[in-house]
Formats: sequence, C-alpha cells, structure tokens
Amino acid sequence: MASQEIETLAAALARLPGLGPRSARRAVLWLVKRRESALPALLEALATVGEALVECDTCGNVDTTNPCGICRDPRRDLKSLCVVEDVADLWALDRAKLFTGKYHVLGGKLSALDGVRPEDLNIAQLLARVEAGGVDEVVLAMNATLEGQTTAHYLAERLEEFPLRITQLAHGLPVGGELDYLDEGTLAQALRARRPLV
Amino acid sequence: MALDRISLTDFRNHAATELGATARFNLLVGDNGAGKTNVLEALSLLAPGRGLRRAALSDIARAGSERGFGVGASLAQNDDEPVRLATYSESAHPNRRRVRINGADSSAARLGEWIAVTWLTPAMDGLFTGPAGDRRRYMDRLALALDPAHASHAARYEAALRERNRLLSDLREPESGWLDAIEAQMVQHGTALMQGRARLVETLAVRLAEMPAEPFARPALSYVPAAPDHADGLSQALFDNRRRDRAAQRTLEGPHRDELDVVHAAKRVPAAHSSTGEQKAMLVAMTLAHAGLAAQGRASLLLLDEVAAHLDPVRRAALFEQLRGSGAQVWMTGTELAPFSAIAGEAAVWRVSAGAVERD
Repeated sequence: MASQEIETLAAALARLPGLGPRSARRAVLWLVKRRESALPALLEALATVGEALVECDTCGNVDTTNPCGICRDPRRDLKSLCVVEDVADLWALDRAKLFTGKYHVLGGKLSALDGVRPEDLNIAQLLARVEAGGVDEVVLAMNATLEGQTTAHYLAERLEEFPLRITQLAHGLPVGGELDYLDEGTLAQALRARRPLV
Repeated sequence: MALDRISLTDFRNHAATELGATARFNLLVGDNGAGKTNVLEALSLLAPGRGLRRAALSDIARAGSERGFGVGASLAQNDDEPVRLATYSESAHPNRRRVRINGADSSAARLGEWIAVTWLTPAMDGLFTGPAGDRRRYMDRLALALDPAHASHAARYEAALRERNRLLSDLREPESGWLDAIEAQMVQHGTALMQGRARLVETLAVRLAEMPAEPFARPALSYVPAAPDHADGLSQALFDNRRRDRAAQRTLEGPHRDELDVVHAAKRVPAAHSSTGEQKAMLVAMTLAHAGLAAQGRASLLLLDEVAAHLDPVRRAALFEQLRGSGAQVWMTGTELAPFSAIAGEAAVWRVSAGAVERD
C-alpha cells in the first residue's frame, strides 16, 4: 500500500481524461522511477502553465498569452473566421494547419436539457467581431451531433443580417473511406451533399 | 440456409445447451420457466440489436457464472462451407457485446449481412389495444429492415423533440431563433422518420394483400401521420403551434403522435375491437409479412413464442401452411406438443426442462 501522498497524486492523475485509477498508478510509478530526470521538467512545465494560462479575450482559445498566439499571428487571414464548440476542436483543426483564418471558441453548444442557453456561449463576442467588419466568411465547424447542428443553425440565423458567406464543414465520406464500410446514415448524407466534379 | 449446431453457454438458465440436426420447423416444448424462450432470445442475438427481450447484456449471463454468456451457431450455405456466427460477453465487460464471424472478431451490425431474425412474443399481444407509442416503436423496429438509417432519424428526432419541449416549458420566454434551430432538426429527421414509416406500411400492406383473407384474419394497415409529412408543412406546423405548445408545455403535433391503424380486413372492425384470437392471427400475419420483407436474400429466421396454442385448429393449419411457404427457418415454443401435431413429423423437437434440452 502506497503512502497518502502517493495516493493523492494517483487520485489527481486518475481524473485526467483518458486515464483512470490503473493508468494513474502506472504513471505515478513511472514518475517515481524518473524522479531525477523527468519529474523536475514536468513540475516546471506544470508550474509555468499554471501561472501563465489565460483565456484569449478575443477568440476564447487557451494560451499563455492574451491575445493568444493565433490572434496575434500577422500571417493569419482576418477575412475568414472559423467557429468551434470547444478549445479541443480549435486545436484539432489547427493541427491540420489547413485553415489560415482566425478562430472563435463558443465554449460549448446549445442544450435546453443541460441548461446551456445562447447567453452562456460566446455568441455576443462573435457578433461583435463580425460587426467590427473585415470578415468575409464564417465557417461553422460544429460537431455533427444534434446539439452541434442545432447550434450551427442558430448561429447561421443570427449571422444572416451581415454581408458575409456562412459555410459549414461537409458531412459524409471520410477521406480514405470505403463505401462498403460506411453506415447508411453517413452514405445518405454523402449522397445528399454530392457535388459536380467538372 | 438455416442455423444448425447451436450452442448456448451460461445463457440465462442454460449452462451448456446444444441443439444439433435442426430442421425447417423446430419445436421447443416444456413447462413454463423451463428455458424455451431463452433459446429464442439466444437465437435473436445472432442478429443486430438487443434481442427479443431488449434485455441488458449483463442480465443475460447465467447467475453464478464466472464468465459471460455465449451463443454460437453454424449457418448453412447453399454450396459452400457453413458460416459460424457467435456472440458473447466477457465477465470483465458484461455490457459489451462481442461478435465473432468465422472465428474473426466482428461487429453486431455485420451479423445483419448474414441473417434476418423476426419474432413474435406474448409481450406483443397488447400491440393493438396498448398505447400508440408501442405501435410507433413497432413500426420503427420493422422499418429498420427497409432502411438501416431509420433508427438514427428516430433517435435524433426524439432528442430534438426533448430539446423543444424543455425550451417550451422554461419560465423564460423561449428565444425564437433557438426554436427555429431546434425545429429545423425536427423537420429534417421527422420527415425522414415519417417517410420511412409510410414506406414500411405501404410495403407491408402489399405483402399482406397477397395473403388469403381467410382463415387468417388478414389485417389492413394504414399509417396515420400526425403532422404534415413534407418539410415545408411540418416546419410551418411547428412554427404555428408555438404558442399553443408553450401553454401545453409540450409539442402537440408531430411524428411522435403518429398512429398505425390496423383493421380486420374482412370484418372491417378495428383490430383493437377484434377477439384475442383474431388479434393474435393478425399479429402472426404481420410478422410473416415482415419476415419476407426483411429477408432480402439473406437467411431468414422466424421465432414464434407461444403462438400456436392461441390459435384455433383451422388458423393453426393456415399458419403452418404459410410458414412452409415462407422460406424461413422456424422456431416455435409451446407447453405441449399436441398443437403442433400437424407438423411434428417434419419438425425437430426438443424437450426443454430446467435449462437443459433433450431431443425427442
């Protein structure tokens, strides 16, 4: 049986997404074995992030600077704005390094059942950014869940009054996917969203 | 194409049950609680879905079993090696359904490529007299045979409906743009749901019309949509009803109020007012029609729990005649062999008792 301190550390790690009590204990053992090499670096990184972590006032991204690195990046296209539900979605999109515009994080999705209302999301800030001008296109990159799509529809309606293009990520055939292995719902969506090739 | 070499391991009250040398007709005979329906449930789990009891997987493993449950069967192919289908759970993950096809890990959905299973159980006896929700769920379950995406439309419509109802019952005045967004989802999935139900009932009605009207009580089916079944109409109806729905704190019009209307075709009497035996006969006719619809070139399995005993001898003979022509492998249960005497000669018969079977 481990000491109270080690148990406390394991319990804290167990709450991390993707871990659990078993993986947490394994991580603790790993750290104990590398007390000299890995632990100090980890402690320092955690402390730095703990002190410097801020939410970007402009887009809602999480970074160590405010405005965040993306908002301050002069190479980014100011004309297009990609709206996502959460920071994790922003990071996923930005890892792909395909979208050259800026982002806006809503901080969730509309859900009457969970009590998440439009005023609980960063919608006013989004409208203010669009109203300030300079944005030609808003990409609604919501999840393909019911609540995500409801949120996208809601935003599209709120943005209708502005002179801009409102687009949505395509739903359907994944790249490298074989038709034979797709479920019928996805296939039907891909067929509905078909487009001319030439 | 039929199932053979069936094995049940730690499945409800069956510790280790084997059923071999099956036939076109298979009869499971035994007292109440002997484990006859458990065999049917095991067979129903060789298709996608939750089986004929819709039970939680963790409830299926035999009490006291150290491991999970297991069901396996060989599906004969016309001129090829049989395909081995198996589904099981593991004690470490009692709620995860595992599937193996020809010894390789697979998914429950893939079972549907090999076999279509249709059933009629006593739990469905109140279908015509019970709440309309039962008939909607029945339609939706059958509609899956025509369109596997039907289930996801049903689930998404229900989720959007719950959102709308929650918003309408809020103390604060609901924001109209939010309602617009939710209703757009209800329209998209609701119209797909209604079209799926309409197509199902139409297709079933055609098959039923091919059946003789007597001695079977042939049912005439009609789908009664509770809202306009096209996007513009449903969208307008939801919009127009907002004030009324807010007062009622729920959505009063929409496919969640649909009805399946069933009438005794010859007598022109609603199924709900027909006799118990006639209702059973109509259910049998609908089950047979659906089995034909669902097969679509696959092996077809028909599970009839406690059906023969409720039919008079004339209807029973008609049932057996229909079953002979159905092309399906049929599994029937009963407390006695006597009602099956007309087919006993061509059937494989097992005596079931305390979770064990013995070939008669």
